Amino acid sequence: MHRFVLAAKQAAASLGYRGPGDGGKSMLLRYAGSLAAGWPSRGPRLPRPAREWSVRWSTAAKASVVKISEKASREKILTLESMNPLVKALEYAVRGPIVLKAGEIEKELRKGIKKPFTEVIKANIGDAHAMGQRPITFLRQVVALCTYPNLLDSPNFPEDAKKRARRILQGCGGNSLGSYTASPGINCIREDVASYIERRDGGVPADPDNIYLTTGASDGITTILKILVSGGGKSRTGVMIPIPQYPLYSAAISDLDAIQVNYYLDEENCWALDVNELRRSLKEAKAYCNPKVLCIINPGNPTGQVQSRKCTEDVIHFAWEEKLFLLADEVYQDNVYSEGRQFHSFKKILYEMGPEYYNNVELASFHSTSKGYMGECGYRGGYMEVLNLHPEIKGQLVKLLSVRLCPPVSGQAAMDVVVNPPIPGEESYSQFIKEKESVLNNLAKKAKLTEDMFNKIPGMHCSPLQGAMYAFPRIFIPSKAIEEAKVHKMAPDMFYCMKLLEEIGICVVPGSGFGQKEGSYHFRMTILPPTEKLKVLLEKMKDFHIKFLEKYA
Amino acid sequence: MPSLRALLSRRLRALRAMAMGSGSMGSMGSMGSGSMGSKREPVLSPSSMNAAIRRVQYAVRGPIVTRALELEQELRQGVPKPFKEVIKANIGDAHAMGQKPITFLRQVSALCLFPPLLSDPSFPEDAKARARRLLAACAGQSVGSYSASPGLDVVRADVAQFLQRRDGIPADPNHIFLSSGASEAIVTMLKLLVWGSGRSRTGVLVPLPQYPLYSAALAELEAERLSYSLAEDRAWALDLPELRRALKEGRGHCCPRVLCVINPGNPTGQVQSRECIEEVIKFAYEERLFLMADEVYQDNIYGEGCEFHAFRKVLAQMGPPYSDTVELASFHSLSKGFMGECGFRGGFMEVRNLHPEVLQELSKLVSVRLCPPVPGQILMGALLNPPEPGEPSHQQYQEEKAAVLRALAERARLTEQLLNKIPGIRCNPVQGAMYAFPSIQLPPRACAAAQAAGQPPDLFFCLRLLEGTGICLVPGSGFGQREGTFHFRMTILPPTEKLQLLLEKLGNFYTNFVKEYS
Repeated sequence: MHRFVLAAKQAAASLGYRGPGDGGKSMLLRYAGSLAAGWPSRGPRLPRPAREWSVRWSTAAKASVVKISEKASREKILTLESMNPLVKALEYAVRGPIVLKAGEIEKELRKGIKKPFTEVIKANIGDAHAMGQRPITFLRQVVALCTYPNLLDSPNFPEDAKKRARRILQGCGGNSLGSYTASPGINCIREDVASYIERRDGGVPADPDNIYLTTGASDGITTILKILVSGGGKSRTGVMIPIPQYPLYSAAISDLDAIQVNYYLDEENCWALDVNELRRSLKEAKAYCNPKVLCIINPGNPTGQVQSRKCTEDVIHFAWEEKLFLLADEVYQDNVYSEGRQFHSFKKILYEMGPEYYNNVELASFHSTSKGYMGECGYRGGYMEVLNLHPEIKGQLVKLLSVRLCPPVSGQAAMDVVVNPPIPGEESYSQFIKEKESVLNNLAKKAKLTEDMFNKIPGMHCSPLQGAMYAFPRIFIPSKAIEEAKVHKMAPDMFYCMKLLEEIGICVVPGSGFGQKEGSYHFRMTILPPTEKLKVLLEKMKDFHIKFLEKYA
Repeated sequence: MPSLRALLSRRLRALRAMAMGSGSMGSMGSMGSGSMGSKREPVLSPSSMNAAIRRVQYAVRGPIVTRALELEQELRQGVPKPFKEVIKANIGDAHAMGQKPITFLRQVSALCLFPPLLSDPSFPEDAKARARRLLAACAGQSVGSYSASPGLDVVRADVAQFLQRRDGIPADPNHIFLSSGASEAIVTMLKLLVWGSGRSRTGVLVPLPQYPLYSAALAELEAERLSYSLAEDRAWALDLPELRRALKEGRGHCCPRVLCVINPGNPTGQVQSRECIEEVIKFAYEERLFLMADEVYQDNIYGEGCEFHAFRKVLAQMGPPYSDTVELASFHSLSKGFMGECGFRGGFMEVRNLHPEVLQELSKLVSVRLCPPVPGQILMGALLNPPEPGEPSHQQYQEEKAAVLRALAERARLTEQLLNKIPGIRCNPVQGAMYAFPSIQLPPRACAAAQAAGQPPDLFFCLRLLEGTGICLVPGSGFGQREGTFHFRMTILPPTEKLQLLLEKLGNFYTNFVKEYS
């Protein structure tokens, strides 16, 4: 036991892969290594690596704590060994090691250290304003008016913005953005969200009582998951997520000690969701957990597919049939670029499928201020709409939300503008539409540009970017490079991305952070850099890739 | 309706599946009548949900607040009531009670949110200078971009400087994490600390009465809550022997690893003496406890001879072995003090003596939520760089700040005095924070009536008070209190005249209530 503890501590301390061992020890070591390096690639995971690991870990850590208290020299109370193992096991690649490295390189550049590039381009995260996108004027006007109401007297602000600001302020205690709001959000904004959904979905009714404003969509997603996860052993809640997935899901699942159930998107078919694959995944998962949640990201992140109406119907039918709670992550609903593709909300399709479905299927859908044409990530604004939630569960949800008091109020105000934009005839309408369309048209062009460029590079294949903000090309990595990655204790695509960062200064996220079929490699890159910059960047990436293939041929 | 065909075929398929029972028999079984459109047992039900979440309670926004909101709705609809408005004295929400925002803070925020205002001559230069600096720190010069997960670097540096100014003790910006209000940071820290099962499950010492964020977070994390009672007869002072007792008792069934202190106290308003803080730190050192110091009311000190001493300052001044050993996380927020900007959800925590690897884990954990709301970070940046003497906004800023704090001090005294004039109610001095937490005597017949209604007696009283007067308070049972004692928490935030009226109404109602039940 003692040697085991030592080994575990060493592994965790160095966070490095120590080569193959035997039995449980090797698994433990490998896992510790994978935390740092993202290796081995996610792929089809063992049913419960994290959990099994945590059980072992707690025994190990217990023993080490006893040892510590016997010693004279003091160790910390909170150490890697003594901390919550669920937190330790979680990974969040979008801000993982590659981003830390990018930060270091930026610091070196500022210090004047010579690099083959002059700036780091952070294409790792869907952060439009950071890439130079200008805020929508109307949105900022309304939020500024709410923040500093003296401006309501200023002739420089349009009346339609003032009208919205006054309405929001009337919904705030003491007419101040500085008051706490009700925990589900300001009432009039919940009403505006409901009317927005009705307009969007062609008249399908929406009830403001089913709308909860959130701190970005992430907050809504983790809150709903938190309520859903229960049981122990084989009855522990399983959560079905797409692979590749947005790592918020795996992180939240790990944090909640739930069971991650992977279903694979079909790369050969533009990352489409295949209900047969859902069935396979569900059937397998039933052997070791109680799958009761199905998460869908549409348009897809990182994969950019836009689900067809038929596919959404199939998924709803599947959820109904198998009694699964549906989570529809629809934060990219405004970002649809491909001809012939259209966003269909789960809510709308559910309604149109008839009463058997819309009276029964439990659905939570999510939206956010961070994406779309507004890209207001910093405000942390978002909402979720729930359907068919048990009345008592609604009470539980409100209680849970109330512990965090309220979502940031400026974010609520920003959300309000998104769902209640200027309408024809209003003063700001034409400028608003111009700004909105300019952003969306640009994104559509960049999506096409990126796809075309990547597909011209030998050893790279990029599915069409139907929507969202990312390209997720498949890359061929020669076996020599894979070997070298192993030497560096890195996943092969992590190795590739690190080289890319160090040599041309572009920061992208390796596919292993999102999950991918074993033996396939990808990276995720945003299409957000300004067009001219993006062109240069893609050229550089092409050169890099060709050289990389030559070097490791 | 282009999708009609798809729809029909979908329904047909569903029907066929039902008829054949192919693969869906399991779910059919629980469909009740099984007719189309009927309601079946939901996936997420009170019995199937996360049991830990079920146990979470949060009284500050509990049943009493739900009822208050309903009453407000009824008033708007013209339903006659014995009062004209609901006064929400349940929550420390200064602006909702009419306190005006500090002009300078809002100017800096508005400038950052809408940078064209930088050329508006009606904004003062010092506000513009702050705004330019903060904007330069945002990616793409926009508050709409994500910040680094621990917060904007310049604001973390500002926090470090603020701590050094306040305490004379240097702080490392790398050990500062901005947060979405103090609550988020507290929960994050607890999340790192709680693990193990059975007797090795983490125990967390919290005061009784406590701010229910702690009990809620501990219930959610399934940690063991170990309560130490504050001494009501000594103005709610923290009592070391009681702390020892709670620890010893906790060791019998779990592994106590964390000690939470709220100073100034919420809901109890006491301000800890320096001596007491030293004792607590020694205790934490000896017993190997991780210290969490909730100091969000540090600007709200009213009691004569009372002074705020930060745990980090006392810890550093105590020297080794304490200063380089005791692990400490301290919390502050935008929501209280003189600014009262609750809605911005701004806050920070500083950690000391944290293991470097744990620091990395903490960074990873906060990265999942991407970043704290940037407008809150901006406001924090403005707060920590107030106008200097000689700058155009200096005088107004100082005046606004002093006026708020003066009014609060006056209301703290007024509340204490008027409550103590009501026979049957006893209120300790409100030395700090924003609340009075008086004990109230409730007649046995009232307790019996409460029991019959299935409510704790003080909840019963508070609900009756709400229905009769529109005054919304939080019953002591929501914070915890010694068995057999009853309290309520009320904020001292309503404007002085309203507060006076409120306290009179409260006194009359209580006197009648006691008569009714004796």
